[in-house]
Amino acid sequence: MVWTRKDLLGLEDLSKEELELILATADSFKEVSSREIKKVPALRGKTVVNLFYEPSTRTRVSFEIAAKRLSADVINIATETSSVQKGETLIDTGTNIQALKADIIVMRHNYSGAAAMLARHLNISVVNAGDGWHEHPTQALLDIFTLKEKLGRIDGLKVSIIGDIAHSRVARSNIWGLTKLGAEVTVCAPPMLIPPAIEQMGVVVTHGIDEALQHADAVNVLRMQFERDTEGAFPRQLEYFKSFGITQERLSKAKKDIIVMHPGPLNRGVEISSEVADGINSVILEQVTNGIAVRMAVLFLVSQGHDKKYETTN
Amino acid sequence: MKEKAKILDKEALGRSLLRIAHEILEKNKGTESLCLVGIRNRGAYLAQRIAACILKIDNASVPVGILDITLYRDDLTLIAAQPVVRKTEIGFDITDKNIVLVDDVLYSGRTIRAALDALIDLGRPQTIQLAVLIDRGHRELPVRADYVGKNIPTSLQEIVEVRLAEVDGVDEVVIVDKE
Amino acid sequence: MRLLIKAGRVVDPANKIDAVTDILIEDNKIALVDEQIKIDTDLTIEAQGKIVMPGIIDMHVHLREPGREDKETVASGTAAALRGGVTTLLAMPNTTPAIDNPQTAALLKEIINRTAQAGVLLAGAITKDRLGKELVDIPSLKKVGVVALSDDGSSVDSDELMFMALKRAKREGILIICHSEDKGLSAQGVVNLGLTSTRLGLRGISCESEYKRVERDIKLAEKAGAAVHIAHVSCRKSVDIIAKAKQRGVRVTAETAPHYFTFTEEAVLGYDTNMKMNPPLRSLDDLAAIKEALHEGIIDVIASDHAPHTENEKEIEFVRAEFGVVGLQTELSAAVSELIEPGILGWPGLVEKLSVNPARILGLKKGSLCVGSDADLVVVDPQRVWQVGKEALVSRSKNSAFLGKVLKGRVEYTIYNGKVVYARSA
Repeated sequence: MVWTRKDLLGLEDLSKEELELILATADSFKEVSSREIKKVPALRGKTVVNLFYEPSTRTRVSFEIAAKRLSADVINIATETSSVQKGETLIDTGTNIQALKADIIVMRHNYSGAAAMLARHLNISVVNAGDGWHEHPTQALLDIFTLKEKLGRIDGLKVSIIGDIAHSRVARSNIWGLTKLGAEVTVCAPPMLIPPAIEQMGVVVTHGIDEALQHADAVNVLRMQFERDTEGAFPRQLEYFKSFGITQERLSKAKKDIIVMHPGPLNRGVEISSEVADGINSVILEQVTNGIAVRMAVLFLVSQGHDKKYETTN
Repeated sequence: MKEKAKILDKEALGRSLLRIAHEILEKNKGTESLCLVGIRNRGAYLAQRIAACILKIDNASVPVGILDITLYRDDLTLIAAQPVVRKTEIGFDITDKNIVLVDDVLYSGRTIRAALDALIDLGRPQTIQLAVLIDRGHRELPVRADYVGKNIPTSLQEIVEVRLAEVDGVDEVVIVDKE
Repeated sequence: MRLLIKAGRVVDPANKIDAVTDILIEDNKIALVDEQIKIDTDLTIEAQGKIVMPGIIDMHVHLREPGREDKETVASGTAAALRGGVTTLLAMPNTTPAIDNPQTAALLKEIINRTAQAGVLLAGAITKDRLGKELVDIPSLKKVGVVALSDDGSSVDSDELMFMALKRAKREGILIICHSEDKGLSAQGVVNLGLTSTRLGLRGISCESEYKRVERDIKLAEKAGAAVHIAHVSCRKSVDIIAKAKQRGVRVTAETAPHYFTFTEEAVLGYDTNMKMNPPLRSLDDLAAIKEALHEGIIDVIASDHAPHTENEKEIEFVRAEFGVVGLQTELSAAVSELIEPGILGWPGLVEKLSVNPARILGLKKGSLCVGSDADLVVVDPQRVWQVGKEALVSRSKNSAFLGKVLKGRVEYTIYNGKVVYARSA
């Protein structure tokens, strides 16, 4: 298996073998973070630009640490999307960063497809750190990496994703990655938050939380973003917690050693109770640790993948 | 690729490793603070075999680690196929130890340069020594081995192939011609 | 001035002709259609192996002038038309300002007289500023030459207002063309609703937003006894509704665009903004329905919905990019590739969709090659294969869905008003 892509835009594009290569590479990189000197010279002299059009602390910091542990130089650019309308176009921003001789752009953007568009117009690597509702490939990779580390395999696992599936890039990337690797995925949300035809992506849909938990080996709890529309947010939060919140009581009816994941940041008492978030089934902080290894692997692989121009899916 | 000559067969290979084991023990005056670190891929197996020899000679087991030097290579962007990164597995603290690095073929010296960098990022050994099965010459860096199984003068058109039972199903060293 | 087109396959369904014959043009009229015409001419076109057909009448073109001359002008749009075999086109009124009063219409008319290279007919808006609030004054628009009314880009949401518009249009004998979209239902969507919108993480446009409005527009036309033309039909349900209405005798005609019988929603999966149009590219089943409807005559017309946009408006994030694609130069080739080649339409059938039916629907004395009719013709090489590239597009905008695609069939000559106005050189 040879990595040829200059970009990582989503898990939908990747083959099973490519997914496995990233996971295996991440496994090798994990050891680096346990060293006294947490640094290898693999990307020495390379420049990674974190281009964030949406506020994000944890993903940006995780990418920054990953790049620095590979000895790359890191520049952070945070841009308010509101200025996009009058400001320079995304492609102009991208070509300017390319002209500065950067090697990799890590981009977070609030529009679906923004990373794909940028990648098409640039020769340097683009890593998607989340685009709109579309994909967040490194988050899903670290979720899958953590699962595999805990349970030894992905093939045949039953994984339930709970929350706002319709507007979640984390859900989409997880669905693609997990199903390609042979897991059985169930998505669970109120009907309003299930996007059309999602079952054609190879998942089972349910609106009942107990059903989603019943046979699951792992559950991935998505962050509910009620704060986006503030009107009536609080009563709806309570209502959501009653119907879909992951509590110890609900968990007691599930498999004893069920894995509980959450991409963060947590809304304690909205989608997950504190008890569960801090409980023995939770691997939430291990996900954070593994995020570095996964992002190191991705940055390393795309930096090596310049031989072939990336081919789009159609 | 045309095979030109067999340099070592199974028995000769075994004798070379045994001799290296003796020399290591002699130079280090026993196994105190002694560790072996094999460079992936075949160096790792050779390190294990040398450790087995030491066990036989001295009835002492020395720790063996595996070093992956991919991330330290100076030719990362030059190689056509992108390299596979594997784990470094050194389950002991190397600080103040006498480390014997083990590799199959010593050639330009660049692999050893990378291995030295990689090792030093892991700690501060007392000494680092180098054992290789074959030294084929053509050094590009000031590197020399402390223990050599066999010196073989080669031309640049030739490739030295070390085959080990663990990877290749057979123990032998051959010279082949590049096409 | 005498022009002879020799030995081409003349496809003239209006006169039930499909035969190898010669056509003689004198000045701007067809003078003779006969085998082996022997006469001195100023120019002879050898058309062996070529199709000779009436010029295409494209009922759905956005020329953008006045107001958005950066996207297209009457001059550049009509130049593109001639290269695509289009000799007459209907210019949509969603310009800046909109064509909603006789002064603006007259201004555009003046630009056309000065700069148009092909025939340009005017469509006026149904409501002032196309806002769906207040009807335009139809008689005054008609007086300056407006031949049809449409709020294209928007639908008139109010049932009462739409009904009144249809009644008045009937009284004035003018056609209403419907952009049938319920924007409440399409709700800021940008791609087809379903697996595609879910995969891409984009808001979807349902078929419902189209066919519900098609249903309403037809119902109101039926009640008003008016003729109505449904623009850019994209889905099976709309086709079914139109078929039923035709069966019960409603005066409804319908049009589709080449992208709806060439591409499915899968083409959008790479976020190519040149695959973003409204209505959106639909499913494979919808594409099949459009082809069947063309075959069965439920859809009467193929029109380009030529919608030029600048690179600044297209080479941006998919959500922000404008809807629409250029199409004047590719519509004939797309039809040859996707309809003639697989046997969905024969040449006479295709000429009906491109020339005969649009002429009939708009009440033009065109789309026919009988002696004495306007000498608007196209000579097509049905076998020539070409790859669509930006350099071949003479429109000011290059936002074609067909870029990079290999098409069959190419316009060799376009004759407008008796003159060779385009001859392919490369």
